[in-house]
Amino acid sequence: MGSNEGGACDGKAGSVVVPEIKFTKLFINGEFVDAASGKTFETRDPRTGDVLAHVAEADKADVDIAVHAAREAFEHGKWPRMSGYERGRVMNKLADLMEQHTEELALLDGADAGKLLLLGKIIDIPAAVQMLRYYAGGADKIHGESLRVSGKYQGYTLKEPIGVVGVIIPWNFPSLMFFLKISPALAAGCTVVVKPAEQTPLSALYYAHLAKLTEYVVQAGIPDGVINVVPGFGPTAGAAIASHMDVDSVAFTGSGEVGRLIMEASARSNLKTVSLELGGKSPLIIFDDADIDMAVELSRLAIFFNKGEVCVAGSRVYVQEGIYDEFVKKAVVAAQNWKVGDPFDVTTNMGPQVDKEQFERVLRYIDLGKSEGATLLTGGKPAADKGYYIEPTIFADVKEDMQIAQDEIFGPVMSLMKFKTIDEAIEKANCTKYGLAAGIITKDLNIANRVSRSVRAGTVWVNCYFAFDPEAPFGGYKMSGFGRDQGMMAIDKYMQVKSVITAVPDSPWY
Amino acid sequence: MASERNGDGGEKRAENGGGGVEMPEIRYTKLFINGSFVDAVSGKTFETRDPRTGDAIASIAEGDKEDVDLAVRAAREAFDHGKWPRMSGSERGKIMTKYADLLEQHAEELTKLESLDAGKLVVVTRAVDIGASVGTLRYFAGAADKIHGETLKMSRQFQGHTLREPMGVAGLIIPWNFPSIMFFTKVAPALAAGCTMVVKPAEQTPLSALYVAHLAKQAGVPDGVINVVTGFGPTAGAAIASHMDVDMVSFTGSTAVGRLVMEASARSNLKPVSLELGGKSPLIIFDDADVDMAVDLAIGANFFNKGEACVAASRVYLQEGIYDRFEKKLADSLKNWVVGDPFDPRVNQGPQVDKAQYERVLSYIEHGKREGATVLTGGKPCGQKGYYIDPTVFTDVKDDMIIAKEEIFGPVMCLMKFRTVEEVIAKANDTRYGLAAGVVTKDIDVANRMTRSIRAGVVWVNCYFAMDADCPFGGRKMSGYGKDASMHALDKFLAVKSVVTPVYDSPWL
Repeated sequence: MGSNEGGACDGKAGSVVVPEIKFTKLFINGEFVDAASGKTFETRDPRTGDVLAHVAEADKADVDIAVHAAREAFEHGKWPRMSGYERGRVMNKLADLMEQHTEELALLDGADAGKLLLLGKIIDIPAAVQMLRYYAGGADKIHGESLRVSGKYQGYTLKEPIGVVGVIIPWNFPSLMFFLKISPALAAGCTVVVKPAEQTPLSALYYAHLAKLTEYVVQAGIPDGVINVVPGFGPTAGAAIASHMDVDSVAFTGSGEVGRLIMEASARSNLKTVSLELGGKSPLIIFDDADIDMAVELSRLAIFFNKGEVCVAGSRVYVQEGIYDEFVKKAVVAAQNWKVGDPFDVTTNMGPQVDKEQFERVLRYIDLGKSEGATLLTGGKPAADKGYYIEPTIFADVKEDMQIAQDEIFGPVMSLMKFKTIDEAIEKANCTKYGLAAGIITKDLNIANRVSRSVRAGTVWVNCYFAFDPEAPFGGYKMSGFGRDQGMMAIDKYMQVKSVITAVPDSPWY
Repeated sequence: MASERNGDGGEKRAENGGGGVEMPEIRYTKLFINGSFVDAVSGKTFETRDPRTGDAIASIAEGDKEDVDLAVRAAREAFDHGKWPRMSGSERGKIMTKYADLLEQHAEELTKLESLDAGKLVVVTRAVDIGASVGTLRYFAGAADKIHGETLKMSRQFQGHTLREPMGVAGLIIPWNFPSIMFFTKVAPALAAGCTMVVKPAEQTPLSALYVAHLAKQAGVPDGVINVVTGFGPTAGAAIASHMDVDMVSFTGSTAVGRLVMEASARSNLKPVSLELGGKSPLIIFDDADVDMAVDLAIGANFFNKGEACVAASRVYLQEGIYDRFEKKLADSLKNWVVGDPFDPRVNQGPQVDKAQYERVLSYIEHGKREGATVLTGGKPCGQKGYYIDPTVFTDVKDDMIIAKEEIFGPVMCLMKFRTVEEVIAKANDTRYGLAAGVVTKDIDVANRMTRSIRAGVVWVNCYFAMDADCPFGGRKMSGYGKDASMHALDKFLAVKSVVTPVYDSPWL
């Protein structure tokens, strides 16, 4: 393991721990290979800005080879022809290997994405494992229906794997996103071509290695070609997947701008089904009867967790006027106690933004907030001289029509707003083009029910936030996208429904 | 006997039908927005024609972007502030049932309008089209109060449940081959879900949509819930697909336009899209089939509705053992096939829907001849007037011929021979389409093998066109995605919301 000088912003001129990077090539048809062009790209450590590794850069030619391998594996390989039970066993084996390598995986995501090492070990990697096990257990519970139908017929539906699935995932939760998408696809019997984000390719390639390793643990493993991983850039590798004539479905999580391009690419190529999980500007609505300390802590978590790089970040906080003043005072103190530093340090609460581009983008929004006339209560500037650290930032007196209230910032920037009535809160909560999540803090049953029914969002958390579970469907309303991840419902994205109807001329009854 | 009146366009009567059937008066020719029939903002109109003669039968208001804006605004008001989404499912169901009753009471008039507009056999329209429309509406009337979410145990101390909520304003763009069925296939589940909608019927067949709009009002469907904007694809249709305030679009039509709808959504507000597109569906007949039954099935599968059906079995694969008997019986049966005025109950096949389709089909027939296929029967227009084409069967068709690959959408059957199950599975699936398929055999193993192997959204065994309100219908691959019919059809009109709450002090989790 290497180290470099002066990374953490706690003032110590110390070194950062850099994990060994073992896998840097494309994973196609069970092998690690160079890109056809021989090109590589750099992935950087956001704690220092230094290069972590040179990773093979996939382009259209590599995507073609990967899709070909996935197609072969689908049309002629074992995977779709195994029983759901057998697929589940193999998926569980992969989950076992992930558990055994938790430390190494958490180190990779920590160095690649600036994510907290401790949380990687106790939340991210275990959640990815849980997701995989959920669908491992779901693979043999995929049901069609039998249909009486009128007339002398008998009908039933078959749910069949859709085929080759393209998966394009973002950099904020590299491990969780990888398994969020591929697990239901694998359970369904599909084969996949995954393009991880160029900012964070490392853990995806490690998972590819573990997938291959399943073959050696006991006889049966994940066959070659079922999982393919092609790191590279959106306009090249990502576009090649979205417009490929032989990919049957594409699942995407990322920005709205890119989501549009993917949907267009599908329309122009082979009309592959598309599911999109896009951005958000989720409201957290805190009523007068809330426990203020609990509300302060929840709102802090909702926006500063994972350095604000979360699609469901509670970036708009609406506080009812009765508790507003006390809330603001406590929220500022709480933000100032949120420790920014080396994500490998267990006392750190928040690491650096994922890369230079995001870092600069967030700072631009902070400047915008100031120029739009919002009041900066705390933070508002970089937290160190090196790397991409930003102070936890709170703006108050934010108006709905300000850009910082409408645009997704994707960083540690909270917009605080006051409200009087429940109708006002509902109207404001719904006044963006997004609809991903929302939070409500109240003890009142009627308020909780009314607001949860009224907010147009795919997930509503009452007296909690980020309460994810593999069972609960997750996805957006409006321009936060369409299609759901999680739940048995997610498997449907990767299946086709076929109706089979047979004439039944002689039946005792119909 | 034709008569014409002065005044605002549209009050004409078309030529009487064969057998002395008197033509209906065409009473509804304007856009239906927010409960009223109104002219287009531009004042423009377009003509809809009688495919028996090519004559214009009515001038219809031509909706464009401004009219779509008004309709969407009305639908948005009705959704955000109106009663419809806030009524209970059973209350909506009651109104939908009343609507179905009215449809039945007016079946005769509606039948005539539809047959006139689309060249459809009046006997079939009455029994099948209007019957299925009523059936679909009643099915979803009964479904409106059976829309379920789920409760979720969840790990850790949380309780979750899903709510399925109406999406909002639905854009519904429908084709001309089954105007009423298509209208209710889309409108009924949208209504049941609590959505409001803007419907754009095909420009070839606007009459029945406007007629049933007036019945919706009578049934008690609130103003603004159903809006009908007649007009053309590139104007009115495009305006719907790219509208920033339409929450989803459901489209049935050609693959080429399906692409445009999906692109328009991507460029506007990323509204979810469902597409039911074209097909080149195979009908596969094995040696053990009953020849007479197989011939009847193939004829129905190709010439029903003059071949203007997305699931038409335009590729007929015959196992070699049965080929000769089948071909002979087919040619014989078609000798008695009558092409003529769809109002005449003795007729089996009416005219193609309009001049463009007529010319398109004829040009495919010419392709077939040029490509070297043999005309077994037909292969030419029927009569001098209108858009009638003889039922056409090509033999000696090779899989790579244009007539074997492209959707013709007319009365043209391609016959091909096969030997083994493996061979025919490969041929059946060798297409970018995947809408339907038919299999004729008595052998249980062959039937099971074929149904599992064919990549299509619906597979019919020893039958064809066996649709049902409770049976999911939709394509795969480039035949589209999303389902019509069955409770699955509701999914496109509902958004799933997960609600999660911590649960402290529970006796168990």
